[in-house]
Amino acid sequence: MTFLTYLISGLALGSVYAIIALGYTMVYGIAKMLNFAHGDIIMAGGYVAFYAFSKFGLPSYLCIILSIAVSTIIGVIIERLAYKPLRQASSLSVLITAIGVSYFLQNAAQLMFGSDTKIFPAMLTEGSLKMFNGQLTISYLTIITIVTCIIIMVGLTAFINKTKIGKAMRACAEDKGAAQLMGINVDTTISVTFAIGSGLAAIAAVLLCSTYPSLSPTLGSMPGIKAFTAAVFGGIGSIPGALLGGMLLGVIENLTKAYISTQLSDAIVFTVLIIVLLIKPTGLLGKKENVKV
Amino acid sequence: MLKVNDLVVRYGVIEAIKGISFEVNDGEIVTLIGANGAGKTTTMHTISGLLRPYSGNVELDGIDISKVPAHKIVEMGVAQCPERRRIFASQSVEDNLLLGAYTRKDKEEIEKDLANVYKLFPRLEERNKQLGGTLSGGEQQMLAMGRALMSKPKIMLLDEPSMGLSPLLVKEIFSIIKEINDNGTSILLVEQNAKMALSIAKRAYVIETGRIVMSGTGEELLNSEDIRKAYLGG
Repeated sequence: MTFLTYLISGLALGSVYAIIALGYTMVYGIAKMLNFAHGDIIMAGGYVAFYAFSKFGLPSYLCIILSIAVSTIIGVIIERLAYKPLRQASSLSVLITAIGVSYFLQNAAQLMFGSDTKIFPAMLTEGSLKMFNGQLTISYLTIITIVTCIIIMVGLTAFINKTKIGKAMRACAEDKGAAQLMGINVDTTISVTFAIGSGLAAIAAVLLCSTYPSLSPTLGSMPGIKAFTAAVFGGIGSIPGALLGGMLLGVIENLTKAYISTQLSDAIVFTVLIIVLLIKPTGLLGKKENVKV
Repeated sequence: MLKVNDLVVRYGVIEAIKGISFEVNDGEIVTLIGANGAGKTTTMHTISGLLRPYSGNVELDGIDISKVPAHKIVEMGVAQCPERRRIFASQSVEDNLLLGAYTRKDKEEIEKDLANVYKLFPRLEERNKQLGGTLSGGEQQMLAMGRALMSKPKIMLLDEPSMGLSPLLVKEIFSIIKEINDNGTSILLVEQNAKMALSIAKRAYVIETGRIVMSGTGEELLNSEDIRKAYLGG
């Protein structure tokens, strides 16, 4: 029974990683860049939700909507100001810029909100579900997290495959030049991608901060790195890959913590990543990219 | 309709197009022939707005389009069927065609045009649910042409439609190009297969290392001694 508990909480953690990983993987798929500031959007979303709830006393659903809205705007502004001018630049310049943006966001947060850790309120739910005569306890938060992740995955897959803008995004991911020849505005498509990724980061922020209720300016770094790992693990650029990578990472991390060592858990997670990449360099569900001459 | 004036295009310091001028009049098929690396594709990309001229410009119906973003140029009526087709391999044939109509909002007209494309290329209809990447080379060429037609272009740019196709398929593709032209779309055709291109073109330009070295009617060039030696194999 305890194994099941660990497994389920691993899946919940994995769900958060998966939702964050979507942001990395979609931006990579379409803009072909690694947005290392993505983790800090989570932090921004966390602070917005925190202040909306604790200081202004807004109802939870409004806090979440506000957090999504602000994160989306921040994500789009970052893309416009920092990344768009580098569309033709080498990927190394873009990568360095992304790291710079990440530091900028962390320091801006420190300046605005202070560096002290804040306690994130239980804005979603409390209590838990007891099963098998109380032998298995699953918190409602865990259930909400997993269900949210599933809804996002289903919704996003439908969006990408069925809507006009979704198909345009896939076209851009495959061949930007050809997409332009169809009359697709690549800049708009990239903005939409950043908007979606950042909005999802805000949802992840609320879920993450509700599970681990401490809020600080560097909150986003570790989950950001883990989710990036999850994206690479599953195959960067692939949406089902983000889900699979996130879930596996969450479960491995949790089970390692439970049965092997809390201190070694990150080391073991990254070892697994290295092994997977050695065997399958494109990640579990990644496609081999044809190099164009 | 389409006028290219003193166009110079550079890649960094390398001048790929060294000042070319040509035009395509309403309803014409005009071809640009030349060897590999002559600058044909560069010219096409510049007309479509994927590349920007260093100097000179491109006019569409008297309007300078050399600073217009690529996606707007499609909306203005210039469709390109690019070299190597560049169809979207992971999307279905029908979705590829509908992406061609991306700039349009007239749903009923789009349906009609889709039916017309299927009439022109029955094989695309048979395979409309198949992924673009699973088509054969000839089918991909048809898809690329159908996709370009879906934007309802005034002028269609065709870059090497015969590339990698069997002689029989090349004939089929060229007869369809003629048919598209008969339906009122002007055509700018870039080809290495000079013989085929000259046989359907009203006028032709020969491009060599970024310069136009000769021009005339398709027939004139087809019978020219120089062209025969250089491009038609004696």
